[in-house]
Amino acid sequence: MTSVLSPAPAPVTAPVRRPGPVRLLWLLVVVAVLVLLLAASVAIGSRGVGWSDIVAALGGSTDNLGQAAVTKRVPRTLLAVLVGAALGLSGAVMQGVTRNPLADPGVLGINMGASLAVVTGLAWFGLFSATSIIWTAIGGAAVAALFVYAVGSLGRGGATPLKLALAGAATSAALTSFITAVALPRGDIAGSVQSWQIGGVGGAGFDSIRQVLPFLAVGLAVSLLSARSLNSLALGDELAAGLGERVALVRGVAAGGSVLLCGAATAVAGPIGFVGLVVPHLCRLLVGVDHRWLLPFSALTGACLLTAADVLGRVVARPAEIDVGIITALIGAPFFIAIVRRQKVREL
Amino acid sequence: MTAGLVAAPSAVDDVARGRVRRAVRWRAVVTVLAVLVVLTYVLTLMVGRTFYPPGDVVRVVLGQDVPGASFTVGRLRLPRATLAVVAGLSFGLAGVTFQTMLRNPLASPDVIGISTGASAAAAVAIVLLGLGGTAVSVFAIVAGLVVAVLIYLLAYKDGGAGTRFILIGIGMAAMLHSVIAYVLSRASQWDYQEALRWLSGSLNGVTWDRTVPALVVLVVLGPVLLTQTRALEAIQLGDDTASALGVRVERTRLLAMVAAVGVLAFATAACGPIAFVAFLAGPIAARVVGPNGSLLLPAALVGALLVLVADLCGQFAFGTRFPVGVVTGVLGAPYLIYLIVRSNRVGGSL
Repeated sequence: MTSVLSPAPAPVTAPVRRPGPVRLLWLLVVVAVLVLLLAASVAIGSRGVGWSDIVAALGGSTDNLGQAAVTKRVPRTLLAVLVGAALGLSGAVMQGVTRNPLADPGVLGINMGASLAVVTGLAWFGLFSATSIIWTAIGGAAVAALFVYAVGSLGRGGATPLKLALAGAATSAALTSFITAVALPRGDIAGSVQSWQIGGVGGAGFDSIRQVLPFLAVGLAVSLLSARSLNSLALGDELAAGLGERVALVRGVAAGGSVLLCGAATAVAGPIGFVGLVVPHLCRLLVGVDHRWLLPFSALTGACLLTAADVLGRVVARPAEIDVGIITALIGAPFFIAIVRRQKVREL
Repeated sequence: MTAGLVAAPSAVDDVARGRVRRAVRWRAVVTVLAVLVVLTYVLTLMVGRTFYPPGDVVRVVLGQDVPGASFTVGRLRLPRATLAVVAGLSFGLAGVTFQTMLRNPLASPDVIGISTGASAAAAVAIVLLGLGGTAVSVFAIVAGLVVAVLIYLLAYKDGGAGTRFILIGIGMAAMLHSVIAYVLSRASQWDYQEALRWLSGSLNGVTWDRTVPALVVLVVLGPVLLTQTRALEAIQLGDDTASALGVRVERTRLLAMVAAVGVLAFATAACGPIAFVAFLAGPIAARVVGPNGSLLLPAALVGALLVLVADLCGQFAFGTRFPVGVVTGVLGAPYLIYLIVRSNRVGGSL
């Protein structure tokens, strides 16, 4: 029997603790990788641009085509970093809150909920301001999260990973159909529906980044502040309550932060799956299961992953681009399968 | 109870009577379903921008020349309606075969990614490689088989493969889905109708050259599957029991899988993976038939009925013409959720 009280299925084979110096070392490595990826993301694209032009463009010059291209890449890179960090962190918190190694805003259908809410708002309620789109996306994400969790946790054994993943997959499928059904009668928005079914950071501008930044900041703060409580939750609900944790409250607040992050990320980039699944697992291997380290690390690594995926999408299909949502699914789904394979049947 | 007091042989009679009653019930259900399929098929041929009375439709189907109707019904509606029936039968048959073989209603080929694999291969063949005709179907069937075998191999690890099988299938479906999205983004222009065909299934713009291969394969492989009915039912009791009953388990499983993927892939190459038909047909058929006999034929008929009705709804029930896959997707996903909720409550095998 999978019981609610079973200790955190310390996902995969993560080591419980890592000594401080190891963590610091990894921190430096991840930051260095992120800086390299930022440079790559600005430098690499469909059009090859020389370093002198890149530097000039970063200084604000748009004298030639190359410099103009680089100027376009800057907001896109920034958006990839923000969205990646939000999704990575959101996934880590979700895995902590549900104690479920398969939790991810994409796998659980939460991003699709945000998407459907936005598409419905665009088609039926004439939504146009950026802020109202973000609020709508967050609302949709929250409803989808509650729904999937309710469906997955009904009955015996609570929310086992299998039931949650199934409920998420079913909900995603339903929401995808609904998105098409809502958008198809509206020729004017049907063209943009693709971007609400497959996420991407291609069309980024500084405006949308500025609009979404406050939401991401609040989500980030809430999530990071709940790190200590998530550590207690990992011991099981009863033990956490014994340690003085108000379990339901903590769980609600942390889940709220995580939904805020993935909803806002979806509002600016569309539904991007599997980042929140892959990143926390990698980070547990690097820094262990302490959420005070795991959460910031997940944000950093998520930013790295999404930036790398975006660069990859620009390189492999030149001169065309592949949306980053496609790349993350192609990388993430095999990872998902690997996690499923490593779990004991009992824990599913 | 009381029967036992009246006469000794009545217990045997009871069994015999029960058997007859179940056979009668099964035949009645199959007949009703078949009649419904035929009626809906004729209705599909009748309605449209212009209405043709049943007499005209029947004469066109029989090959007579009816002014006006011969073109509209014979060239436009007939291939579409026929493919609806063929695809519905194929999906229903393939779905219930997998569900029976793997003893799990969730293990239908559209949930675990086999349909998505066939669809991805067809999209690759058409959009990237510029192929057409049977080559597309061959691509689809090979991909479907590869995905099925791959899921099986990945899930097979010291037994207990049931739940893992489905989760791995879901992961596989997600990956293949993004392959389709990638292929479509490489197409010269983003054609939303074409995209919908490969993502959720659509019968728009169907012509005979797409319908005929699926029809031929169904006519060849459908009976093969139906002959495996008894063996599949025995396998449902467990592999050991089945071999004790004289079923060659591995042979049956291989044959059923190849035949099921075959009909599924050819239908998918023609109209895309019409969402959730394979998943829904079996459970609905089980509800209608009850424990009265084989599910294969009833499930196939339910599948055909589903596709026909969904296509009618998609075309005429709303202001916009929705592709059939969107309608079945909106219908099917809530049922999937219901199934999860219900099996949770009874502590089922999930």
